[in-house]
Amino acid sequence: MRAEFVGALHQLMDQDDRVVLLTADLGFHVLEPLFDAHPRRAINVGVAEQNMAGLAAGLAHSGRIPFIYSIATFATLRGYEFIRNGAVVHGLPVRVVGIGGGFEYGAAGISHYALEDLGLMRIQPGMTVLAPADGAQAVTALLASWDLPGPVYYRIGKDDRRSLPELKGRFRLGHLEILRHGTDAAVLATGAIATEAATACSQLEAMGISCTFAMAACLAPAPRDEIASLVDSVPLVLTVETHYVVGGLGSLVAEVIAEAGVGCRLIRAGVDAVPDRYSGGQPYMERRFRLDATSLVNRVLEAGGAPRQSGREVSSRPR
Amino acid sequence: MVAGALLTSSEIRRVILDRAHAANEGHIGSALSIADIMVVLYRDVVAGRLHGATRDRVVLSKGHAALALYAALYLSGELSEAMLNEYCEDGGRLGVHPQHGIDGVEFTTGSLGQGLSFATGCALAAQVSGEQWRTFVICSDAECDEGSTWEAAMFAAQRRLPRLVTVIDYNQQQAMGDTDAVISLGDLRSRWEAVGWFAVDVDGHDETSLEAALRLADQGRTQPIAVIAHTTFGKGVPFMERQLRWHYSSMSDQEYVRAINSLGAAT
Repeated sequence: MRAEFVGALHQLMDQDDRVVLLTADLGFHVLEPLFDAHPRRAINVGVAEQNMAGLAAGLAHSGRIPFIYSIATFATLRGYEFIRNGAVVHGLPVRVVGIGGGFEYGAAGISHYALEDLGLMRIQPGMTVLAPADGAQAVTALLASWDLPGPVYYRIGKDDRRSLPELKGRFRLGHLEILRHGTDAAVLATGAIATEAATACSQLEAMGISCTFAMAACLAPAPRDEIASLVDSVPLVLTVETHYVVGGLGSLVAEVIAEAGVGCRLIRAGVDAVPDRYSGGQPYMERRFRLDATSLVNRVLEAGGAPRQSGREVSSRPR
Repeated sequence: MVAGALLTSSEIRRVILDRAHAANEGHIGSALSIADIMVVLYRDVVAGRLHGATRDRVVLSKGHAALALYAALYLSGELSEAMLNEYCEDGGRLGVHPQHGIDGVEFTTGSLGQGLSFATGCALAAQVSGEQWRTFVICSDAECDEGSTWEAAMFAAQRRLPRLVTVIDYNQQQAMGDTDAVISLGDLRSRWEAVGWFAVDVDGHDETSLEAALRLADQGRTQPIAVIAHTTFGKGVPFMERQLRWHYSSMSDQEYVRAINSLGAAT
């Protein structure tokens, strides 16, 4: 996802000299072409994320469209108050690019896991929050949002191989992309983990469980009406995100269910504990928190989302 | 208030005291501390250059001294008396800390350690555009406790932003005590020089010295400018000078009369 997003950003810099790229000393072997092509407007600010977010406010206040780039934890958490008091309070077109949400930095550990970025950004009024599924959708999302008047947060997957071909890169601001319609359960996913959710839906369908599958790449502005309509049509809803269970997509859907008075059951698949004191690669961590496709299938089965048959549960213990 | 009053050190202090008393608000000592800096900045340095896309930018990073900013804007004709009288009124546009949305306030401030980054971003925008406008930022000495201040300072030096001027109000007092007792700042000029700025020490109440320092931005240097303004907290009202109480306290009616009278005696 990252390579395609950065490629599209490069083209935007070619086309519009308002676009400025700031990085907090990250993007090695990724951002060099942008620095080579635009030495005045591509700037390494050093390991200083607070200042980067503050600089972006000053740049945007003076007519620029700054993209500030770092690993998602550092981009969102370290400079959060600067993002709030700068871009958000002043309604400035600052673009926060968080690379590698969830467990994408694998064995790098908890310091590199962005597990609350979506929630932190979603609670800020006026912040557009986007978590595409794959590279094609990331490009569409960028082109739909780069010149919005207010701030935008992009959670961009680091892995360039994961993709969701059936999505065909579709993205519309403020909307869900519904890829499959079903009657027994609805699965909503955000971010790069959507590939696992899509696989889980296919497996459930093969088991005779009819699933709706929706990609929620745009968490803010939230597609509340579409979510309300979608969850009203099924008895069971599963949200999937590599994010703490509080604050992200699961919380958004819970809000909609409560506010709309919908009578469905909600399972929020996410990270429900601080993942520290152990190590592991991304697939391991996703399995450990039951976010891989097999585990997601089991979550639906455990919840009785469809006619149950003994022996259906699939082993999903971490290997 | 005197209609048509000029931007002078006595008038700016009079407005600060008047509005603080009317609103029953504090932060008086911090505002009085930078009164002379604001007089020189607005009367002698940025006057006539505060409008349009290539205007000079002024960022009050020590937002708790907003009364000094409002008073300077009012006395230089940038802020109406009606708006000045909105200070701390319900629904008014002038709060204890400055809020954007009115001419003369570039950024909402109040969280210490952020204004220099915002201002440096402005100066960077000018550099990227090849434009000549200047950016002035007024910081408190205690903001030098904030790591983010030094992130911005090192960046501005690295980028060679000579039209960025930071004035540090070195009154050596912060919310809960003397800076020496909390986080000693020592020789601030050396600290700013060490991170690559052209730094000068000035008497923060001497208008001639202040003007010369603020005009360093026009001298074609390659470094950003740090003006270490040695000031007295509460300057101009003897019973408030160097008294920590006036960081937060508001004035009683008697104290207000006494303050105004002492101001008159001093002028």
